[in-house]
Amino acid sequence: MADSDKTPVGRRQILKGVAAAAVAASNPPLSHAQDHQHQLVPSDPVLRVKALESILIEKGLVDPAAIDALVDTYEHKVGPRNGARVVARAWTDPAYKQRLLKNGTAAMAELEYSGEQGADIRVVENTRKVHNLIVCTLCSCYPWPVLGLPPVWYKSAPYRSRAVIDPRGVLREFGNILDEAVEVRVWDSTAEERYFVLPERPAGTEHLSEEALAAIVTRDSMIGVAKVLPTQARDGK
Amino acid sequence: MNSVHDMGGMQGFGPVLREENEPVFHARWEGRVLAMRRILGAIGKIKPGGFRPLLESLPPAEYLKNSYFENWYSALARQLIQSGIVTPEEIASGKSARRPVQPTITLKPEEAAALPFRVSQGVPKAQSAPRFRIGQRVRARNINPFGHTRLPRYVRGRLGIVEEERGIQPFPDTNVYGRGVNAQHVYSVRFSARELWGDQASPRDALYVDLWDAYLDAA
Repeated sequence: MADSDKTPVGRRQILKGVAAAAVAASNPPLSHAQDHQHQLVPSDPVLRVKALESILIEKGLVDPAAIDALVDTYEHKVGPRNGARVVARAWTDPAYKQRLLKNGTAAMAELEYSGEQGADIRVVENTRKVHNLIVCTLCSCYPWPVLGLPPVWYKSAPYRSRAVIDPRGVLREFGNILDEAVEVRVWDSTAEERYFVLPERPAGTEHLSEEALAAIVTRDSMIGVAKVLPTQARDGK
Repeated sequence: MNSVHDMGGMQGFGPVLREENEPVFHARWEGRVLAMRRILGAIGKIKPGGFRPLLESLPPAEYLKNSYFENWYSALARQLIQSGIVTPEEIASGKSARRPVQPTITLKPEEAAALPFRVSQGVPKAQSAPRFRIGQRVRARNINPFGHTRLPRYVRGRLGIVEEERGIQPFPDTNVYGRGVNAQHVYSVRFSARELWGDQASPRDALYVDLWDAYLDAA
């Protein structure tokens, strides 16, 4: 990750009425008047988060070393390489693929991928006739054990708004032009179920080993916005 | 709540902007916000379910302008104040107002590092019988609750077909506010793209949305 504490220009000006707002925040929602009373908190997220962390440390509620350890896990121990191994196994082992499509959670646990945001994972298969795409229109739900944390675009307004009303347009932007005859299925993760796309195995990869196949599977193909290309190099996407 | 977080079907946000070789976190503070929230949840200081209603009740302009983790910070700070863990003055000053009365047990680094691999246990017992079966036609209710709901606006009032069962889950509309778990059956409901968006949509395409029993009527 970026070691810098710097925040992109444009976010610095943002002021928040966090403090006063929280008093009335649950339901019914806040009035704007309440929300803009307390603007004493620093506008820079670096400072605000540092301040919050200091308070929680003083209160004995968090250990900074524990925060470091958890951040390290998110950065290095979970991520789309896990999902790529699931896909490569499914491509090379028909019995595993059957189990994966029947019960994604259990089949992923066979490869020791399980955990938060993955208590129930439904795997949907892309074929020549059906193309699946996953989204969370309300927030950012995503199968963490196999894909890690979602990229910014997945959580962004353009993707969340358009994936459901214009999935073919979104796919085109990702360089994925689908034939009219293909059925597009969009899965909106509104409940506890998390979705994972088993992409189509590209032609011309019959000679590749499971490990080599895992190296060509991209994150985007497991969200369903892209296809796996036979020539794709491992790029961490 | 009909706010800007319920984005499905909105227009005008422009193209999806991607970043090559995107880091997991773009700044050190982002990961720390996430980790603090997870640790406080794991030691029972905040309720995980209480977070999303706070995100959704951020002022719409702020929600859209801020980055994802800036919104997380705002919601977390609100939740900590609501839960009585910190005061607004402490948030503003960055200093604890008083020493803890009793030492708190928090997570050790090795326990925190293992949090992402912890699988939540136990399925709640349904408090109502399933009203729908696979293959049944249903209509999503036209409800507009003032608080948290997982029934997106774009399916309200629309006809769909129950495709799969999704098990039994706490009903978010009441559970997140501590007003009852109200666990009930959840279904994957298929809506044709044309039912939702009219003739401009492909006649082949479909949306699958996971909906709680109480969001649906037989059609």
